Amino acid sequence: MAELFEIKELNKIFGKKILEVVVKSTRRAIVTIEAAEIVAVSEFLFRELQFRFIIATAMETDQGIEILYHFSKDITGLILNVRVVLEKENPAIETLTGLFEGANWIEREMHEIIGIHFNNHPNLEKLISDGNWAEGVYPYRNRDEGQVKK
Amino acid sequence: MNKIIPIGPYHPLQEEPELFKLYCEGEIVKDIKWETGYNHRGIEKLSESKTFDQVFFLVERICGICSTSHPFAFANCMEEIAGVEIPDRAKYIRSIIGELERIHSHLLWVGLAGHFLGYNTVFMWAWKYREPVLDMFEMITGNRNSYAMFKIGGVRRDIENHNIPRIREMLDFLKKKTDLLTGAVMDDPVIHARTKGVGVLTREDIITYAAVGPTARASGVDIDVRRDDPYAAYPLVNWKVITAQEGDVFAKAKVRLLEMYESISIIDQSLDRMKKEKEGEIETVVKEIPEGMGTGRAEAPRGEVFHFVKTDGSNYPVRHKIRAPSYVNIATFRKTCVGQTISDATISLAAVDPCYCCTERMAVAYDMHTGKKIMNGKELIELSARKTSELKA
Amino acid sequence: MFHFGGASCNNCDIEILDCLTPRYDIERFGMQLVGSIRHADVLLVNGSINLKDKNRLLEIYKQAPKPIIVVAIGACGCTGGIFAEGNTFAGPVDKIIPVDAYIPGCPPKPEAIIAGLVKLLEK
Repeated sequence: MAELFEIKELNKIFGKKILEVVVKSTRRAIVTIEAAEIVAVSEFLFRELQFRFIIATAMETDQGIEILYHFSKDITGLILNVRVVLEKENPAIETLTGLFEGANWIEREMHEIIGIHFNNHPNLEKLISDGNWAEGVYPYRNRDEGQVKK
Repeated sequence: MNKIIPIGPYHPLQEEPELFKLYCEGEIVKDIKWETGYNHRGIEKLSESKTFDQVFFLVERICGICSTSHPFAFANCMEEIAGVEIPDRAKYIRSIIGELERIHSHLLWVGLAGHFLGYNTVFMWAWKYREPVLDMFEMITGNRNSYAMFKIGGVRRDIENHNIPRIREMLDFLKKKTDLLTGAVMDDPVIHARTKGVGVLTREDIITYAAVGPTARASGVDIDVRRDDPYAAYPLVNWKVITAQEGDVFAKAKVRLLEMYESISIIDQSLDRMKKEKEGEIETVVKEIPEGMGTGRAEAPRGEVFHFVKTDGSNYPVRHKIRAPSYVNIATFRKTCVGQTISDATISLAAVDPCYCCTERMAVAYDMHTGKKIMNGKELIELSARKTSELKA
Repeated sequence: MFHFGGASCNNCDIEILDCLTPRYDIERFGMQLVGSIRHADVLLVNGSINLKDKNRLLEIYKQAPKPIIVVAIGACGCTGGIFAEGNTFAGPVDKIIPVDAYIPGCPPKPEAIIAGLVKLLEK
């Protein structure tokens, strides 16, 4: 698979901080990075490479709490997923709201549904859970308990 | 006098789900706070307990107006994971349904925008001309909304060739009515006065908030999933992306109205080319979904719909993330409302075409300093309508 | 009639609104939508009710002038529909307030809504 230009650029700047690269096609790729690099990588993608932030997905896997940040380069149709793995006990990561306001709501939501703390987020308050479920309860965690019946 | 003005639900039927609280000083909105959660249904979690085929019925009902767009994005996502290509006839059918939906959604929006400005005739006309589109849906799919047309690998029902003349008839009728509505909206000096320069979002705003759809295109940000990340029949027919530069409510209305013409053209061309494909070949059978992850997107009437699915080889999604366009578009309210007058707030909010279900309803205005409720949603709409009649006089 | 929308996909809301438009025009039956519950004789409820809506619905019901006829519209209004297994579901409507009539459908066509309402008013 021919190497994507964007991946090459990322490698140039971040080198060893990129833990894994999977290129599925010219329009889909996933890079796994160290959680500490998320702001630097996002800034590079947003400012230098003109990616647009789509949304982020948080999920619990056996490796820990993972966040996939989905970025889109509209000119080429490329979706680049940036993956970080956090620890299960007190997952925390730096906020991206300093870079773009578009991250504000989704970080609040991820905080509510799975318990990730976003450092330096301007208002990490409840978005959808108030009245709908109790504080400290994270419906998208502990997936075997309280799992909806199949 | 400082007051907080609640933005009431712009839906004439709805009342008081407190979503937006506009804090005002005199006539100007100074701050906006919102409270959501009234519409939360736990869909992403529900999805994990449904088989992939059942998920289509679930995601259709995320939003009634963009009912096709979610199954569209989900199907694109699953077909990416499964690594299948769907037959051409299915691609045309998907695009036809998608564009019919765009037309009915934009008509709905024109009607509501008219209502907020006090033009109730526009509301009645626009919704009256929606009816033939819904009739077409009923003829093709069996339902006016929530069509259940999509499945992994293709579509569930064919558009029979003998129905095509009736669809063409409806398209001709619609083109004339779109001319009528476009003329009525674009040439009216009072509408110009109420919408030009109102609710402006600059290019930088759009990029910061990562906004999408006509909201973004009206501010000169040229993005459209149908062209950028092509799917279904969009790369097979000729059409163009409509943009505007001013970023105000008028520009957003213009983009939506002109998009309707493009939609009619796409449907027309798709019907033509579909005749050459064999009737009945509408599906690539998919027996198994391998383990993996996929992303799929589609251009809904409001912007990019994005789905992410993680699979583990079983019949159920492990994780299903759904992002509706209104999620990012509604956050721009902070930019469009703060600094505006109260009477312009309703139309600024409506201009982004928030999908109620994707985002819920609107709230009430409070006094900035005393915290007392000043106006509810209905009163806000009335205020907006009053401003229009003052301008007309 | 006063309309209360719960956590719904809005299909039913739109079909109810459609009843006002020229093709269906419920005003000829003497039915009108009002902006406040205090002026209403009929309460239309649709949407699956989540925990946050439940309190609002109870409040609206309390404020309603009695006697009030309650109509549950749509699959969600009747039974919770496809959202009944969700983790925030608090309905269906008849568990929260007494319901006089059910109009099923997903969404029910305007004809069905009108037929249901006319039947109710004839009683």
